[in-house]
Amino acid sequence: MATQHSRSAARIMMAPAVILLLGWMLVPLSMTLYFSFKKFLPLRGGDLGWVGFENYVRFVTSSAFWPSVVTTLVIVGGVLLITVFLGVLLAILLNQPMWGQGIVRILVISPFFVMPTVSALVWKNMFMDPVNGLFAHLWKAFGATPVEWLSDVSMGSIIMIVSWQWLPFATLILLTAIQSLDREQLEAAEMDGAQPLQRFAFITVPHLSRAVTIVILIQTIFLLAIFAEIFVTTGGAFGTRTLTYLIYQRVLESQNVGLGSAGGVYAIILANIIAIFLMRIVGKNLDA
Amino acid sequence: MGQITLNQVTKSFGDVNVIPPLDLEIKDGEFVVFVGPSGCGKSTLLRLIAGLEDMTSGHIAIDGKDATDVPPAKRGLAMVFQSYALYPHMSVRKNIAFPLKMAKMEQAEIDKRVDNAAKILNLADYIDRRPGQLSGGQRQRVAIGRAIVREPAAFLFDEPLSNLDAALRVNMRLEISELHKQLDTTMIYVTHDQVEAMTMADKIVVLRAGNIEQVGSPLELYRTPRNQFVAGFIGSPKMNFLTDAAAAEHGCKTIGIRPEHLDISRESGAWKGVVGVSEHLGSDTFFHVKVEGSKDPLTVRASGEVDLHRGETVFLTPQGEHLHKFDAQGLAIR
Amino acid sequence: MARAVNTQRKAINTAAAWTVALLIFFPILWTILTSFKTEAQAISDPPVFFAFDWTLENYGVVLERSNYSRFLWNSIIIAGGSTILGILIAVPAAWSMAFVPSKRTKDILLWMLSTKMLPAVGVLYPIYLLFIKLGLLDSRTGLVIVLMLMNLPIIVWMLYTYFKEIPGEILEAARMDGASLKEEIVHILTPMAIPGIASTLLLNFILAWNEAFWTLNLTAAKAAPLTAFIASYSSPEGLFYAKLSAASTMAIAPILVLGWFSQKQLVSGLTFGAVK
Repeated sequence: MATQHSRSAARIMMAPAVILLLGWMLVPLSMTLYFSFKKFLPLRGGDLGWVGFENYVRFVTSSAFWPSVVTTLVIVGGVLLITVFLGVLLAILLNQPMWGQGIVRILVISPFFVMPTVSALVWKNMFMDPVNGLFAHLWKAFGATPVEWLSDVSMGSIIMIVSWQWLPFATLILLTAIQSLDREQLEAAEMDGAQPLQRFAFITVPHLSRAVTIVILIQTIFLLAIFAEIFVTTGGAFGTRTLTYLIYQRVLESQNVGLGSAGGVYAIILANIIAIFLMRIVGKNLDA
Repeated sequence: MGQITLNQVTKSFGDVNVIPPLDLEIKDGEFVVFVGPSGCGKSTLLRLIAGLEDMTSGHIAIDGKDATDVPPAKRGLAMVFQSYALYPHMSVRKNIAFPLKMAKMEQAEIDKRVDNAAKILNLADYIDRRPGQLSGGQRQRVAIGRAIVREPAAFLFDEPLSNLDAALRVNMRLEISELHKQLDTTMIYVTHDQVEAMTMADKIVVLRAGNIEQVGSPLELYRTPRNQFVAGFIGSPKMNFLTDAAAAEHGCKTIGIRPEHLDISRESGAWKGVVGVSEHLGSDTFFHVKVEGSKDPLTVRASGEVDLHRGETVFLTPQGEHLHKFDAQGLAIR
Repeated sequence: MARAVNTQRKAINTAAAWTVALLIFFPILWTILTSFKTEAQAISDPPVFFAFDWTLENYGVVLERSNYSRFLWNSIIIAGGSTILGILIAVPAAWSMAFVPSKRTKDILLWMLSTKMLPAVGVLYPIYLLFIKLGLLDSRTGLVIVLMLMNLPIIVWMLYTYFKEIPGEILEAARMDGASLKEEIVHILTPMAIPGIASTLLLNFILAWNEAFWTLNLTAAKAAPLTAFIASYSSPEGLFYAKLSAASTMAIAPILVLGWFSQKQLVSGLTFGAVK
């Protein structure tokens, strides 16, 4: 495809991006590794020497560790499930002929533009507040006792808030994919005697698999890092402490950098396991 | 101005050897056509000359100067691509002016040359349109216009007519030939269509699997193909080949005879056969005749409208002076 | 080709789609409505939708309490700066990957994406330390750099998918026409990829605008963008719904309006160029 000259030019032009990202990955990572083997309390004596694997052992054996891993996976998995499922339904609905499709699309896309801090605050106070929230009003109107959303169904509430933010994304990707489906393929299937449900199952669904992969990949990247939604709503209480949030508390709230860094290393390992898993699937799907 | 020499040029992609050592001499002002089936390396060879690909080894000289390591922009060659490769965001005028702008030419000179090219190619009517608004033939002309303004040492054409419909193709073929007469500049033209090769070339280079099978003028290749591949590739419809008894009669492995060199008769002849499919073109009629001792039916050309029906028995006689003989390696015996 | 669409079916579709769309949009609508209410009306039960005394009072209070324009300006500088810087670095990289692919191109691309999966919290303290050392804490420059690095993989990926759509022959034609590499990228590739670059720009601007980990943890007073502006309403001010709504509306309005106007570009950007 190319000459020696363009290949070396390509290498030079790729260098800034690669070097920057490599630095962005390696420098803080090695510092985190360094701290994770130290007893390091910035406000209570600073660097108190090497402690080997003590931080690692303490972090895993702490009662908060495993629940936080589970919480992380439940939130990511729950949001993925909801957004993909509802996203497919919504995409099919939006693909039907209707009046005002443009405006409908604008309305559906809107939550994506709302910054996480705002959406968390609005949901927490104006909808989920057990006294003055809109849900409380609604429950009372039907004679029911208002639900204490963020303490009694804390996980469900957070999953719901995050799903609301990401549903537009899933819907629009899937809608684009549906629209790109070749009409002739569907017509050929119809000529071959396939019923609407069969056409959906054998033509549309396989066609969507690539889009679903993309949705899962991108959302996982962002969902593993959700922070503001928890920071603003529960502050990690009521069983909503994700691994990210646990580490955040260790580093910033208890000012135990050594312990937090060990946690960071665990989080990086977890992320890498998920990454390898995902990249396998995506790598395969991207070839198509 | 426009003499190109290839010396022991090779090209491999990884382990795949696309072009084995190859020598070629292209004279100034010549219209050279590289022809061969798809995958024969003709486009690769053109891209090597253009500098868009590196040679694995060997040398290229343009006008006697070594150009092996010269980047494409500095070789002084212009190329017309199969997809035309027009810049979609620029008007026709800007497209044609682009190489001159890159050469930092003065605006007045650019305008003069663009207008001149537009006149030669009849582009004036759509000079301010974007490529997206043009038909295939018009785009083709713009691509040629972009090539000629630079006054290059040589033009390279990479299957330029393959995206046009049949009628337009004939037209453009004539126009490119006419352009060559006008400009008198070296042109190297790649095609898989032997009709284009025969009608346009001063010199045809027949390629197969990166090897040059034969180099010569169209009529040389038609009259005296060096081997069975060239014999089969040049000429339309294809040459008929017979082996076994018919060939043994002439003391060789295979004999070849072109459809236009077979006489057909209802009464008598050398080979007896049965008429199969016939194709009536008006000016000519082609019969496919199943002959005893030959696996494939033979194609026979008859002038004008000849009334023979499927299943009729006919006799075919080859015109002796036009019979081609090939040995076991497929080389022509003279 | 197209078959006649049954009007009745179309009406049902329309009703269903509008219902769902309004449901999804409702929290935003409600926030905007509430921002024009008095505090008492904001929490009234049953809730009032339109029949209230519209007032701009809350906006006045919010503007008085904090320097909105500074937060807004910081958001614009940080989101805009990081995105533009990212694109300047990503265009050459994406050119290389799209037009001079090698066996490792896909690996490099996936590796870049995988750096996005590294949990930010894992490197929060080191970055914090580095920022103190370099004097970047609570500076817009610092956040521009961090957010640029955060989004660089996505920018490269998006540009790569857009560039791949452009036939290589056109760039080769430019090369034959005597264009240098720089001229080829500036005069041919970039203008041809404008729609893709615009989508990339928009989407990453929005991502940077809404980023709420680094912007909350690396800024104090000086460089804080709108994410921090709104976070100050966590509690107990969050109980004043009307003011909270006014502040929220002010935080999301710029990006919402931008998003609506550039909807078409954005939808193609939202798919990260991966779905056609």
